[in-house]
Amino acid sequence: MLTKPVWITMSQKVLLNATEVNIILHRLACQLIEKHNDFSNTILIGIQPRGKYLANRLASMLKTDYKIKNLQLGHLDITFYRDDFRRSDKPLEANTTEMNVQVEDKKVVFIDDVLYTGRSIRAALTAIQSFGRPNEIELLTLIDRRFSRHLPIQPDYRGRQVDAINNEKVKVNWVENDGEDAVYVVKS
Amino acid sequence: MSELSVNHLLGIKYLNSQDIELIFKTADHFKEVINRPIKKVPSLRDITIANLFFENSTRTKLSFELAEKRLSADVINFSASQSSVKKGETLIDTVNNILSMKVDMVVMRHPNPGAGVFLSKHVNASIINAGDGAHEHPTQALLDSYSIRERLGTVKGKNVVIVGDILHSRVALSNIYALKLQGANVMVCGPKTLLPKHIEKLGVTVETNLRKALNWCDVANMLRVQNERMDISYFPSTREYTQQFGVNKAILDSLDKEITIMHPGPINRGVEITSDVADSKQAIILDQVQNGVAIRMAVIYLLASKIKQ
Repeated sequence: MLTKPVWITMSQKVLLNATEVNIILHRLACQLIEKHNDFSNTILIGIQPRGKYLANRLASMLKTDYKIKNLQLGHLDITFYRDDFRRSDKPLEANTTEMNVQVEDKKVVFIDDVLYTGRSIRAALTAIQSFGRPNEIELLTLIDRRFSRHLPIQPDYRGRQVDAINNEKVKVNWVENDGEDAVYVVKS
Repeated sequence: MSELSVNHLLGIKYLNSQDIELIFKTADHFKEVINRPIKKVPSLRDITIANLFFENSTRTKLSFELAEKRLSADVINFSASQSSVKKGETLIDTVNNILSMKVDMVVMRHPNPGAGVFLSKHVNASIINAGDGAHEHPTQALLDSYSIRERLGTVKGKNVVIVGDILHSRVALSNIYALKLQGANVMVCGPKTLLPKHIEKLGVTVETNLRKALNWCDVANMLRVQNERMDISYFPSTREYTQQFGVNKAILDSLDKEITIMHPGPINRGVEITSDVADSKQAIILDQVQNGVAIRMAVIYLLASKIKQ
């Protein structure tokens, strides 16, 4: 929606439409319940900037559709922990961290929309230590781009696996931010 | 915008309003960082910073050093009182010797106005001015504006009076630039002998009556009387200065609104403000100190991101 004029010049295909995204979100929610029961000892953490939308959506789904009470949710910004400071062309811009939760001795689930090189998750693993020592950390991603990892990091819960080549970009849109729920593969 | 328009922070004069907005936005994030259980981020692991203090300083030096360490930079400290400067070494030689140890950034306080600008033209490192004589003290002005923004929501349109020794104050000049850039109305107030001639050319109003100034303002920034910079007597006695330009609780209570009191420190208690004012809820002096670390982290982070590998 925001970038419609640009889309025309790029070839893109729809990977998941709104219905498929919804089905996958319900499955991921159920998988989380299977492992974490009533979530009394669990904290969901959306990785900023884009993981926030997925984390918020899953949290509200767990609360309203699956009647989970007292769900704890945080948003973690990893900008200051990234390993490409002074190495990228554009300066790194930070986002808000909202961690009004205690992670010490808790089970933490990192939530991000796309798992690509694994470097963001590496940064998140360092960043979370500033807030305490979690008992366990898991990773949930909506899209897992196979064969593109730079680090030995794999998701515990995945929405869909994708084989996308390096000059392709996986873009996840959310109603809250982009006006629709959809996942695209964009060739640049 | 996500990048500063400058490679050094030599003074507020060289910044634009987007730069200030970017520094504040970045400082918001660092303020959250320094309130975490572990108050440190690894961003500047590969950066070395030299703190060169050719003039005495306690809080600015501590604040810079803490900011640098919170960002994981390597820090070396230098004080002129224990150095070869005493043996006659020039500023460029001193700094070049330090830079040959592969230092990326220099934080410098110097008694001579323009020392930072001079250095930035002759050495290959990012320079942060931590006060140059009676010229500028940019990080202090930034943290002052940031504290006003935090307390009052915005700086734009607010009435700010700077009270005291404007003539010898680098804090005053940097504050005037910073506040004007953000759209505040600025007044200076003090004895005529301590107000520089033609100061109104900077777009500030001049007032010599403290009560009138306090009635007008939303924020009063009380400056310290800098006895160490005064070569002659600028007012008859400290007692008389206090009577004319000192703020006490009785004056504050007699105003029809609650104004915010600031002070860059160190306070001469009982001279420019009384203890009950300094310790009152209207004073944000300790907030200024805390914000100082966040602001300096933001400035160092943003400048460091422009140092190419």
